[in-house]
Amino acid sequence: MTERTVDLSSNNLRTMYQTMLRIRLFEEKVGNLIQQNEIVCPCHLYIGQEAVATGVCNALRKDDYVFSSHRSHGHYVAKGGNLNALMAELYGKVTGCSKGRGGSMHLSFPAVGFIGSSAIVAGSISPAVGAALAFSIQKTDNVSVVFFGDGATNEGVWYESLNFAALKKLPVVFVCENNLYSTHVHISDHLADTDIQKKANIFRMRGVQVNGNDVIEVFNVAKKAVKDARRGKGPTLIECMTYRWRGHVGPNDDLETGLRSKEELSYWKEKGPIKKLEKLLLSRNFLSKSEFLQIRREVEKEVDESLMFAKKSPFPSENSLLDNVFKAK
Amino acid sequence: MPKIQYNQAINQTLHQLMKKDPRVFLIGQGVTSPWYVGQTTNGLLDKFGSRRVIDTPVSENGITGVAVGAALAAMRPILIFPRMDFMYYAMDQLVNHAGSWHYMFGGQLNVPLTVWAIINRGGEQAAQHSQSLQAMLSHIPGFKVVMPSTAYDAKGLLVSAVEDDDPVIYIDDRWLYELEDDVPEELYSIPIGEGMIRRKGKNITVAASSYMVTEAIKAADSLADEGIDVEVIDLRSLKPLDKQILINSVKKTGRFIIVDAGWPSSGIGAEVSAIVGSEAFEYLNAPIMRVSLPDSPAPASSPLEAVYYPKAKTIVSKIRELVPK
Ligand SMILES: Cc1ncc(C[n+]2csc(CCOP(=O)(O)OP(=O)(O)O)c2C)c(N)n1
Ligand SMILES: [Mg+2]
Repeated sequence: MTERTVDLSSNNLRTMYQTMLRIRLFEEKVGNLIQQNEIVCPCHLYIGQEAVATGVCNALRKDDYVFSSHRSHGHYVAKGGNLNALMAELYGKVTGCSKGRGGSMHLSFPAVGFIGSSAIVAGSISPAVGAALAFSIQKTDNVSVVFFGDGATNEGVWYESLNFAALKKLPVVFVCENNLYSTHVHISDHLADTDIQKKANIFRMRGVQVNGNDVIEVFNVAKKAVKDARRGKGPTLIECMTYRWRGHVGPNDDLETGLRSKEELSYWKEKGPIKKLEKLLLSRNFLSKSEFLQIRREVEKEVDESLMFAKKSPFPSENSLLDNVFKAK
Repeated sequence: MPKIQYNQAINQTLHQLMKKDPRVFLIGQGVTSPWYVGQTTNGLLDKFGSRRVIDTPVSENGITGVAVGAALAAMRPILIFPRMDFMYYAMDQLVNHAGSWHYMFGGQLNVPLTVWAIINRGGEQAAQHSQSLQAMLSHIPGFKVVMPSTAYDAKGLLVSAVEDDDPVIYIDDRWLYELEDDVPEELYSIPIGEGMIRRKGKNITVAASSYMVTEAIKAADSLADEGIDVEVIDLRSLKPLDKQILINSVKKTGRFIIVDAGWPSSGIGAEVSAIVGSEAFEYLNAPIMRVSLPDSPAPASSPLEAVYYPKAKTIVSKIRELVPK
């Protein structure tokens, strides 16, 4: 951790720790529920990447917009989406955040600025730019943020969006979570130049690479990018170096398929974001052992409650199938 | 004849086509993955190497143009979309380029491209991972569109698609991958544009393609006890369409249902109904009926999914509406 740590109140750190743990324990629970066939919809788990969503969303206001991808549970939680409604969505229940119509890949909670997640790779990048365009026309100081993976930078629309946002100096922050893989493909097999942040420069945009497992670093860089965006200084591309602990989809770890080595996985687990913050909080005496335990218990309770809520909620009724195709009845 | 699965038939055909014709190569996402494309590409990388078995970055628009260009340069690419829903990024290259090239340049260069598009739905995958776009693709003048329903056809139609000198859209369905059939070891082709009677019957004609053929046969079997004798026609090729087989059947039965697991508006059902309505009008004793998806994106939640996809029982109730007791 850097000395910039001193900018952060222990309160803020505690909040971020809690958010990361909330994501972690929620995702671990989801992983187990998939194994038990309790959850059916395909889930792309966020375990290992918690610091990115947490650091970025902590730099945002509630009325700032967040757009996300297929791997969106963490972004939803970090932006303040309701946990019960998330679990219920994964269960396909009518009380889910998308009324059971979307499942894991299509979350939305507009009340807290979580606009939606698209499971089409790079699908929400240009809409995020569009929201920023709206803010600039409306002359508000809101900021739009989009999360996407290293794989998404292969889509042409990524370049088109960066160019347009830079050209019009739009209030948008592009957050690339570089977890080194696009499904089964290692980054060295999908990008001719794996230095993603650098590509901002061809559009005369600021590009920054950060340790995506260091929530404080992510927060500080995001804070600056958001501030710039708010003040009309245009977009920033933040490349967060991180790693997903589970396979592309579902709870397994992809070791059985031989797609990555055990050594690689344990290296990144050792460098995991939660462990890192725990160490710092302990060493600075920001949190005591018993406070850690207390936070963990609170979060476990929240997750358990979300599960109970999801289980006891009803499924959507069959005759509601055609509701919501259009807004107008 | 050896019995093999639908996905194994595709795998075998790819091996044989690539061995036979050095112009054939496979390009798209997941072709080297252990799980992405349902074992259809097993062993190809080892056999033919990474110059002809190309796993690509997530760049559908660009890669589709790359395949079009390779086809213009005398190759015979098989361009795979592991899921049809991801094809929209590719639509410009497909429609404005692949589908128009031969015509707009006065027939000088052709585009012998096979677009292999997989339907992969169910399991609560929701709106962006459940689509069947055969109608949209059949709408394009320069495309031929095939949808094999058996392992035998999966092989024969893939051969025809690859040997065809124009763009052919080859649509298969993950719900068929484990279906077994007798499949000859050697290469053979099935003419594009020929339908097939899967079950003979006298009272009503049900036309379907791909997975819906299996549901239509189930529906027909279940009605046999009630004395309703259903003829099931497998279209196999949506474009060109075998009009004659439909007309001949309706001549005999006087009743017609078209089953398609795409959306209803301006869909396959509308096209086929128009053909039967105009060309077999005098033989019809009842209005033509359609079975399709409801006019909505796919829902995630299992109970909604259960009513979303048409099944044998959906077809049965439509048949009952048309055939007098
Ligand atoms: C247009 C499109 N093509 C392909 C896919 C299949 N797919 C889903 S996620 C993914 C890889 C995305 O990798 P990355 O952007 O790095 O995100 P990560 O999964 O690592 O979070 C692919 C190819 C898709 N959903 N959409
Ligand atoms: Mg990735």
